[in-house]
Amino acid sequence: MRHSADDRRFRIGTGAVAGLVLLLVVGIGFELTRQSMLSIMKFGLKFWTTSTWDPVAGVFGALPFMWGTLYSSILALAVATPIALGIAIFISELSPAILRRPLAYLTELLAAIPSIVYGLWGVFVLVPIVRKFEVAAGARPALGVGMLAGALILAVMIIPFTSSVAREILKNVPSSQREAAYALGATRWEAIKVAIGFGKSGIIGSVMLGFGRALGETVAVTMVIGNSPQVTASLFKPQYTMAAVIANEFTEAADELYLHALIEIGLLLFIITIGVNMLSRLLIWSMRRRVVAPLVAPLAVEEVPA
Amino acid sequence: MISNLRRRKFTSRVFEILCGTAVVVALIPLAMILFYVIKEGAGSLNPDFFTHMPKPVGETGGGMANAIIGTLIMVGIAALFAVPVGCVCGIHLAEYPGTKFSSVVRFAADVLNGVPSIVIGIFAYGLVVLPVKRFSALAGGVALGMLMIPIIVRTTEELLRLVPGGLREGALALGSTRARAVFGVIVPAALPGILTGILVALARVAGETAPLLFTALNNSFWSTSLTQPMASLTVQIYYYAQSPYDDWHRQAWAGAFLLVMIILALSIAARLAVRRLERMNRT
Repeated sequence: MRHSADDRRFRIGTGAVAGLVLLLVVGIGFELTRQSMLSIMKFGLKFWTTSTWDPVAGVFGALPFMWGTLYSSILALAVATPIALGIAIFISELSPAILRRPLAYLTELLAAIPSIVYGLWGVFVLVPIVRKFEVAAGARPALGVGMLAGALILAVMIIPFTSSVAREILKNVPSSQREAAYALGATRWEAIKVAIGFGKSGIIGSVMLGFGRALGETVAVTMVIGNSPQVTASLFKPQYTMAAVIANEFTEAADELYLHALIEIGLLLFIITIGVNMLSRLLIWSMRRRVVAPLVAPLAVEEVPA
Repeated sequence: MISNLRRRKFTSRVFEILCGTAVVVALIPLAMILFYVIKEGAGSLNPDFFTHMPKPVGETGGGMANAIIGTLIMVGIAALFAVPVGCVCGIHLAEYPGTKFSSVVRFAADVLNGVPSIVIGIFAYGLVVLPVKRFSALAGGVALGMLMIPIIVRTTEELLRLVPGGLREGALALGSTRARAVFGVIVPAALPGILTGILVALARVAGETAPLLFTALNNSFWSTSLTQPMASLTVQIYYYAQSPYDDWHRQAWAGAFLLVMIILALSIAARLAVRRLERMNRT
């Protein structure tokens, strides 16, 4: 009987440590709210609907940053999603077995490269290429830095997140689905479409996972997007993102209101990414529960209540 | 009918080729990044880079000794609390995988993993910098540690789950307590994997810039004091890249090269460790 008391202590002890993770998530939300109260109280919703960002006058409107973040992330998503899903389909459905692991490894390597290295590459390699393109497209002034460069670099950065999850989802689609399609005379692509249909919710989850990544990416985007707050649909104009303004101005925030305004931007970024990630994980998990045989607990023995 | 089939087969072929193209398209930036990092970085990496301090503007040469030591110190601080917390949490998730509590924690870890690192930086700022009104290495380490926790939690859990169930059942059948089964049998079996997983997590946070910008700030001098601002490899690269000086650009590439090489080596090591565990599982 000492045994079961021991086991309970082990369970509660490790559980308490695991609870710290929960505490961390709640703590971040609480702390960010507390530290942005001044700005929340002073500007209310106007903070998100006005464009004047004047630290000297103490007037803060964060619309351009929100616009820049959403616009760049959506553009990145538009570029990255077809590529990432193509990769997932190729690796899980079409590739010769021997290429599968190396290709998966290489594409996922994109996720391992630090964002500062992306930024460095962006500044010295991508931006000049974009500038040449802009000159050719007749954009004036052709700066190179701007929305296009930012969205492109984001797209490259989120591809591995979407593709690795989508690949796993496709791998877990029961082969009976494809076999049934083939039996009905489907071509290869039509059978793949059936598999995609089966894994739809998980694949949407994988795309949202990429979206969440794009929203919060900081350094690489800051280095190439031009950091100029304006609400414009132009691809070539420099713009600004929420994460970038925090990165650039945080240490300069001399008075409390300024600091609180910046933290409020961080708070919204936190809320949005938490929301997007929760939704994405739920979709992926519900998918996994559906396709994987109910997870067998590695341990059959259950603790006997004393 | 026949032409219809031909059309469908043609469509199928087109989409198959498009998928293959997608792989190539994604590998182009990867190849380009690696190419430039090696081309610009490898040549600039010399012994001075590791042993010398940054030179003032206008003087060529010098290195990033203070930034390298800074990154090591802050990653060390991070590991000091993130590794135990992350591992124990991962053990709990692997040992009690089906409970509601575990699902919630697992979910929280995944969501935490998706929180932008700059937001974690703000949190660390509020926690460590604001109360004493001073940027410090400690704050940087705390920020990095919080980023590390969810990665370690999930790696530990996944690797422990790869340990063959028979090992655990054997230990329990011999009458050991759960704690002894875990620490005496299961964790040792997965240890090489977990250790490399931890190293990968270390490398990942060593490559973080955003959460350090306003916690550890930067420091152009040699400093190992935990309560003072501290330079780091990434922040140094960040400022050098945005400077107009060629020699600083060269240094930035050298730093990037160093980071990428460390990460490549560790990710390959991690793959080998996982494979070893998988083989163990099959036999």
